Amino acid sequence: MLHVAGAALMPLPQAAVWWPDEATLIVSDLHLEKGSAFAARGVPLPPYDTRATLARLEALMRHLRPARMIALGDSFHDHAAQARMAMDDRAKLASLAASCEWIWITGNHDPEPPRGVAGEVAEEWRIGPLVFRHEPSTRPADGEISGHLHPCAAVRVRGRRMRRRCVASDGIRAILPAFGAFTGGLNVLDEAYDALLPGLDFHAWMMGMESVVPVAGHRLEPD
Amino acid sequence: MSASSHITDANLPDSLIPPLFADWFAARGWHLRPHQMALLALARAGRSALLIAPTGAGKTLAGFLPSLVDLYEQDRESDGDVRGLHTLYISPLKALAVDIKRNLEMPVADMGLAVTLETRTGDTPQNRRLRQRHSPPDILLTTPEQLALLLSYPDAEKMFGGLKAVVLDELHALAGSKRGDLLALGLARLARLAPGVRFTGLSATVAEPDDLRRYLVPQPAGGAAMAELVTVRGGALPEIEILIPDERIPWAGHSARHALPAVYEAIRNTGVSLVFVNTRSQAEYVFQELWHLNERSLPIALHHGSLSVEQRRKVETAMSAGKLRAIVCTSTLDLGIDWGDVDLVIHLGAPKGSSRLLQRIGRSNHRLDEPSRALLVPANRFEVLECEAAREAVMAGVQDTRVARTGALDVLAQHVLGMAVSQPFDPDDLYAEVSSAAPYAALSRADFDRVVHFVSTGGYALATYDRFARLRPNAPLQDDTRLRPASPRVIQQYRMNVGTIVEAPMLRVRLIRGRRRPAGAMGGRVLGEIEEYFIDQLVPGDTFLFAGLVLRFEGLAETEALVSRAEGGEPKVPSYDGGKFPLSTHLAAGVRRLLAAPENWRLLPEPVREWLEMQQIRSRLPRPGELLVETFPRGDKFYLVCYPFEGRLAHQTLGMLLTRRMERAGARPMGFIASDYALAVWSLRDPGMMAERGQLPLADLFGEDMLGDDLEAWLAESALLKRTFRDCAIIAGLIERRFAGMEKSGRQVTFSSDLIYDVLREHEPDHILLKATFNDATTGQLDIGRLGDMLARVKGHIVMQRLDRVSPLAVPVLLDIGKEPIYGEANEALLSEAADVLIEEATRLV
Repeated sequence: MLHVAGAALMPLPQAAVWWPDEATLIVSDLHLEKGSAFAARGVPLPPYDTRATLARLEALMRHLRPARMIALGDSFHDHAAQARMAMDDRAKLASLAASCEWIWITGNHDPEPPRGVAGEVAEEWRIGPLVFRHEPSTRPADGEISGHLHPCAAVRVRGRRMRRRCVASDGIRAILPAFGAFTGGLNVLDEAYDALLPGLDFHAWMMGMESVVPVAGHRLEPD
Repeated sequence: MSASSHITDANLPDSLIPPLFADWFAARGWHLRPHQMALLALARAGRSALLIAPTGAGKTLAGFLPSLVDLYEQDRESDGDVRGLHTLYISPLKALAVDIKRNLEMPVADMGLAVTLETRTGDTPQNRRLRQRHSPPDILLTTPEQLALLLSYPDAEKMFGGLKAVVLDELHALAGSKRGDLLALGLARLARLAPGVRFTGLSATVAEPDDLRRYLVPQPAGGAAMAELVTVRGGALPEIEILIPDERIPWAGHSARHALPAVYEAIRNTGVSLVFVNTRSQAEYVFQELWHLNERSLPIALHHGSLSVEQRRKVETAMSAGKLRAIVCTSTLDLGIDWGDVDLVIHLGAPKGSSRLLQRIGRSNHRLDEPSRALLVPANRFEVLECEAAREAVMAGVQDTRVARTGALDVLAQHVLGMAVSQPFDPDDLYAEVSSAAPYAALSRADFDRVVHFVSTGGYALATYDRFARLRPNAPLQDDTRLRPASPRVIQQYRMNVGTIVEAPMLRVRLIRGRRRPAGAMGGRVLGEIEEYFIDQLVPGDTFLFAGLVLRFEGLAETEALVSRAEGGEPKVPSYDGGKFPLSTHLAAGVRRLLAAPENWRLLPEPVREWLEMQQIRSRLPRPGELLVETFPRGDKFYLVCYPFEGRLAHQTLGMLLTRRMERAGARPMGFIASDYALAVWSLRDPGMMAERGQLPLADLFGEDMLGDDLEAWLAESALLKRTFRDCAIIAGLIERRFAGMEKSGRQVTFSSDLIYDVLREHEPDHILLKATFNDATTGQLDIGRLGDMLARVKGHIVMQRLDRVSPLAVPVLLDIGKEPIYGEANEALLSEAADVLIEEATRLV
């Protein structure tokens, strides 16, 4: 269990975090319709990222039956993303959003609230000791749960290097990995994290195929 | 020397060569050689031709002579009209194009011909490139990529409409690759733009000349056409010696360290030597060791593909100036600039193929009438057998380079976009044109249409991208449905991404002083480039060989690996891979024959003979057509070792598939290792016992059906397929080159091709790019075809030996464990180990 400001959180290998005490499932950076955003610019990436992402989300929700979902922003790749979604993908998203309490945190890619989808929309949301926002704050941030940076981490074991998505946390804040199908990652040792997780006194909860493995910051490698 | 062709018997008319040319030959004490005459006669008849000749036969002049004569005669007859491009010369190397131009300038100047010659490469300045399109020279020397670019301009028809001749140099090195596919498509377009054009291919000897003859001319629908063939046989047979110093031969390894003092002696006793090795790491190692032995400070240099261009040019210049005694080199010197005066070719390690050995031997002594000299230096016992087989093959003139291939679909996608960029195309016409290129002769219309669909909208079944299409009907209201680019951006994208060479991600290696932290250590000399995956395996402080130095890895800064000079000692990390060739099918058969014929072992050095005799006593030697499988316990594990002799790639694939089957049968395999000759799998249960009890019948284990479901299941998870997909996606234009891999620009992260692959495989497994990827992987890295042939051959001929301990034949492959990568250890298990260490650290603190 990962403890942040006293809340017991469970990082999941699917690149999400489960908060059992609140029956709350937290995901970040879905970037729906990233494929079609590239296609509009002349790079026809496969159009299946939205359904792949929603299918993974649905499987996770079926399994955990959350009372509340929190999407930490950048849920849509751009302001026109919803308009480009296929009909069945739209219907799928609407039915998922209607199945429980849903909180849409806005992000830099999707500052506007989604249209025609149930749920609360906010820049920031508080529950108990935790505060949820898209971009991690550079100010002291007790209990801040954020995304935006797409953290991943690399570690070497017996000469073999592995690079995975991860939840990066020093126990004060946690930064969630991107959940979307086409989203890459930024190494937690990148300078972008310097002000957020100073020093190496944090853990990267690395996503394995079936388990999540916490690795101490000083054991990690840069890209 | 003899020339054979369809016209050698014809009486050559005197008018074949104008007096000016005849005088020029005479003045230099030369005579027109039969193959040069033959090409002239064929050119006059407007026929395309393939010239197969060893180095030193005057191949290049033979290729250009018809053009020079034609231009000279045109000039005399013309009344001052501006001429268009007459002859296009294509070379695999831009350095070769530059060199050939220099060589051609001499006869042109000597005879005072009014012929203009220009090169066009990536280095040609923009203004000259533009001028070349509007006012081309008589003869343009360039590369396949530049041809593709030229053909994509709307004025291509004007530029190439009057083209008379295309000369394709070192065709054997181009035709069997994706670059060759791209070139073939370009030739098909040229044949359409310039209906009378003739193609002349210049090639070293190949196994199947007919493949190249087909490659050179447009293929009629449903039939086959071939260019004429002119062959120059080699001169004197080469003198090939196999070096076994003091009758010592190591059991395993590839360094040939035991023989280096003798190699140094050979260099010292010869004028100029080329020392060929198979991998870059070996080049580094040998260079280092030779300098340790170099008491006389002989000028010995190093040349391989990872060194910086400046460093390579420096070596080449010194060589041309006669300042070097030896160069340690890899396949980078297989082709290219003719240095003339090489006296001896030394081959360290086995040559892996007879054509490659012939080509390399051909680098020594370019005078045809004297024998070339070569020294083969086997690095281990199996390589002794292989060197013997190679010597036999070379003496018999047997070739094993195969150039026929099925054209790649990703290359076709790139070409289709290029053709749309050039001018609107009608799919029916383009299909006819494309399938006239030999590699695409068997392309189905359905696959062609899927490629066009891919180029246009990505080719997905889910049709959401029509409004973002890259190709659009030209003028649908006027019923003109020919396809054209939808926007200028599409044209720009094509031009930015043309070409089929996708480099592995590379890092610059920069030498810094001392052990400073990367942050403060900028500046310093760039030594060259190294594969990112190699650097990935290093931790700061590791030492390795590169650019002839023992280097200490200090860390990464942006796209650079920072290194310092290590103070003495052995490098800790033995090698980085690159340029390894698998054993050719032909040599493999030679090795198997030698093993099965004890009466021929007297050729072999004493230790090798004893080794084989011992194997006969302790186990057995496989007869031709037989697959020997040995099992034995060792330590706490059981080993299964088999000897297919099909090369490392096929063995690696076999290893992956065998371990899957053993896993299923409950044998609990733990890992495997593959060499060119053998495959060893280790497991927790005894596969020998399981085979005898019928729990793991060998006939099933090695059944051909492994190439069905097991192969597909394994491929799906294989990192190899992801790498292949990335290359295909870049060539096909799905991913732009600058997006390749995981580009980081500040905090913005783009996408990785792995993620695209995963999504595509799950949601559209029949996508044309996945088909292209699978085709590539099965023919290239996996050697599936060869594995399939082997499984069919040994069916019913698998012999098992259950032994109580390791056999003599198994020792070499077992000794490789720890030196070569081992497969089969799951990353997942390793990842959880990272956590175990953490837990251990945590408990220690308590």
